[in-house]
Amino acid sequence: MGSFLLLSFLLLIAGVIAVPLASKLGLGSVLGYLIAGIVLGPVLLALNVDVINLQHFAEFGVVMMLFLVGLELEPRRLWGMRARLLGLGGLQVGLTAALAAGAAFVFGLPWSFAVAIGLVLALSSTAIVLQTFNEKGLMQSEGGQSGFSVLLFQDIAVIPMLALIPLLAMPDLVESWSFVDTSHAVEIAAPLEGGSSHDGGAVPEGGSNHDLEGSLDLNLVDELPGWAQALITFGAIGAVIAGGSYLTRPLFRFIELAHLRELFVAAALMMVIGIALLMTLVGLSPALGTFLAGVVLANSEYRHELESDIDPFRGLLLGLFFMTVGAAINFSLLFGNLGLVVGLTLGLMALKGAVLYLLATVFGVRGADRWLVTLGLAQAGEFGFVLLSFVVANQVLPQAIADQLLLVVALSMLLTPLLFILYERVIVPKYVEDQAREADEIDEAGTVIIAGHGRFGGIVNRMLRQAGFSTVVLDHSSAQLEMLRAFGLKVFFGDATRPDLLHAAGIAEAKLLVIAIDDKDGATELTRYVTQNHPDVHIVARARDRNHVYDLYAAGCRDIIRDTFDSAVRSGRSALEALGVHPFDAELKSRDFQDRDRYGIRELAALYDPEIELHRNAAYVKRTRELMAEQEAELLGKPGAFAMRADRGWSPPTARDVEAEEAG
Amino acid sequence: MARVLLYYAHPGHRHSHVNQAMYDAAAAVEGITQIDLYAAYPRQNIDIDREQALLLDHDVILFQHPLFWYSTPSLIKEWVDLVLEHGFAYGAGGDKLMGKTLMQAISAAGSSEAYTPEGYQHFPLRTFLTPMEQTARLCKMRYGAPYVLHSALQAPAAGAVAPHVAGFVRLLQALRDDAYDFDTADKMGQVDAGTLPIKTEA
Repeated sequence: MGSFLLLSFLLLIAGVIAVPLASKLGLGSVLGYLIAGIVLGPVLLALNVDVINLQHFAEFGVVMMLFLVGLELEPRRLWGMRARLLGLGGLQVGLTAALAAGAAFVFGLPWSFAVAIGLVLALSSTAIVLQTFNEKGLMQSEGGQSGFSVLLFQDIAVIPMLALIPLLAMPDLVESWSFVDTSHAVEIAAPLEGGSSHDGGAVPEGGSNHDLEGSLDLNLVDELPGWAQALITFGAIGAVIAGGSYLTRPLFRFIELAHLRELFVAAALMMVIGIALLMTLVGLSPALGTFLAGVVLANSEYRHELESDIDPFRGLLLGLFFMTVGAAINFSLLFGNLGLVVGLTLGLMALKGAVLYLLATVFGVRGADRWLVTLGLAQAGEFGFVLLSFVVANQVLPQAIADQLLLVVALSMLLTPLLFILYERVIVPKYVEDQAREADEIDEAGTVIIAGHGRFGGIVNRMLRQAGFSTVVLDHSSAQLEMLRAFGLKVFFGDATRPDLLHAAGIAEAKLLVIAIDDKDGATELTRYVTQNHPDVHIVARARDRNHVYDLYAAGCRDIIRDTFDSAVRSGRSALEALGVHPFDAELKSRDFQDRDRYGIRELAALYDPEIELHRNAAYVKRTRELMAEQEAELLGKPGAFAMRADRGWSPPTARDVEAEEAG
Repeated sequence: MARVLLYYAHPGHRHSHVNQAMYDAAAAVEGITQIDLYAAYPRQNIDIDREQALLLDHDVILFQHPLFWYSTPSLIKEWVDLVLEHGFAYGAGGDKLMGKTLMQAISAAGSSEAYTPEGYQHFPLRTFLTPMEQTARLCKMRYGAPYVLHSALQAPAAGAVAPHVAGFVRLLQALRDDAYDFDTADKMGQVDAGTLPIKTEA
């Protein structure tokens, strides 16, 4: 327990210190985590922490990330990407693998080694690239979408690779090679084989809890004939799609009965982990499975809820993953072969970059976006780690070569944030004019968020939509949502007062927030949060009564609408008309009443202090009395009171005016 | 029988010296349609289709209002802006009002002398009414010479209200009965209770 707390604390403090510093320096969070990991490396070594095991655990963050990516991607859009996914992605993996293998072969390695190396290095880092795309808002750009297509294809390609690699096994060759070439890493390899105390460059033990590797232990279909495997595979994918489509809503409605926030988080985690488990059992990629589930749920009203529930776990796990990559760098091995490792890394990145640049050109990716794909995906990735451990376990590649490749992979990942900085600081400014001409792709996020879609927010939403504005509606009543969805409205389930959900709904890019929730204090809190954290977002807030107006005013809102005030004024006007008052006079009286009431409430809102009870607030009491006196004076027709507009208007020049006019 | 449509517009009707009395008296005239525009549209939300249908159903459109700043109260302007649509009242296909009559019944605070080059208003009253006159022309309508009460603020003290109201009733009846002599009125430029050109033998 103590060591668990110590480890957690060390990892958290390293992240908490390093990431803000890195962000402040413009390096991005990924590099911050990597640096924190490098710094922590010796400490973890001294504590006998199994970094690689930790890394496999943290890789679950990638699974979660693909789930979130899927949530952002409607099936329609995924279908629209198919040419890029298969063409760009397929050619990238094929070409890079062939060229890397060719290079290895030229360097004198046996062909089976070369093929394995090619496959390992063809993959890029989904974790780093997508994290950076999201962080820098590049996901919706053309380069971001192209890069994502490639990464998605790679994640799918891992599965056939895992099937293919055992065919390359040549135990005799591997043994002889290890015997010949022990100079590099034998002293490192020894503690590795000892088990838990290895530092970087390590090969994971078989049977660790890694997602893909886990499939080796848990795979239920290995022994079955091919047709049965295929059947079960499609069955599992079908189950994910059907479950996502039909079971999510009843599940969440059931959970809602408990009125417990954490149950939603538990359910969201349960879904993701369950899907990952199912995929593992049938020998598929968990990342692929959760991605599919995400796509299925992209149109669901629970999308933002799921997004905000899973997102913190994804962030923490990916952070942990990046730290373990940093911590796992074997510096003694690195410095022992500095020239070779650095040379190989740079050579690899140049090769991958060249292939990407060529393919991006062929597929019509232009300008800065082409460079984004080229520089962004030029590294090897975390699936490389997985494949390396797998090839060693299957006796395809000797340990010594795998150790060096691990360094190359880790180093290329470490360099990636620097390439992103290069992209941002050098490439983008050159293409800024080109970019300005291209129309922005319209993002999912609406320009207007409506919190609460009951009798009040619903009307606001209808008006805005009729005027052609896109809105994102958040409400936490399932029954209400179901009804609205039946009418084809886009609404999302969730408690709008939670900042994370608000964030998922796009508050950072929103122009306007309409707060129409029933809960008074929740509305005030929400107002305070948004005025403080997103001062550019205009807030239209519904107030339940006069004191609520003061609260909202104190919270920073200046566009406050009392929810029953206008209808009450209209009722008063109707009553006047029914009593025989001329409709236009009734209209003028109601306008005057509103003006005077608003004037009073504005005067008093400035004096209101939520900390002081109203009757103890001396300034408030004094002004209230003055306002009452003004009103009285007005009734008696004294001048200087709040002027009644109803009595103003055209009046002809008097006889005296005419005399003066004629005299002049 | 002509179908007469009387539009009344006076936002300050509670302070009216003569207009309210005219409108109330008009209620006794059978066979005409009366609309208090400020009562029908207190929030200026003019129902364009309803108003156009009314226009189609009538032959004489009479606006009764006090003169505000040498013009109509603002609601009449809004009514003109919205109801006399292109394609309905003017322009291509806009011949729905062709041959109908547009007329005004006006009360003005200024005396008849004030509306002369020597008076403090400097221009004849008709000069200030040219926008409405040209509106009628564009709509292929006849513009009838206005029925005017000058020195309206002094009218109650001068005992001029009752004759003017009675004249207004006679005007409405004559319009309804096709007994009004528009040509003579045109020659006079403007008419009042004492000079109404009504044909005795129709």
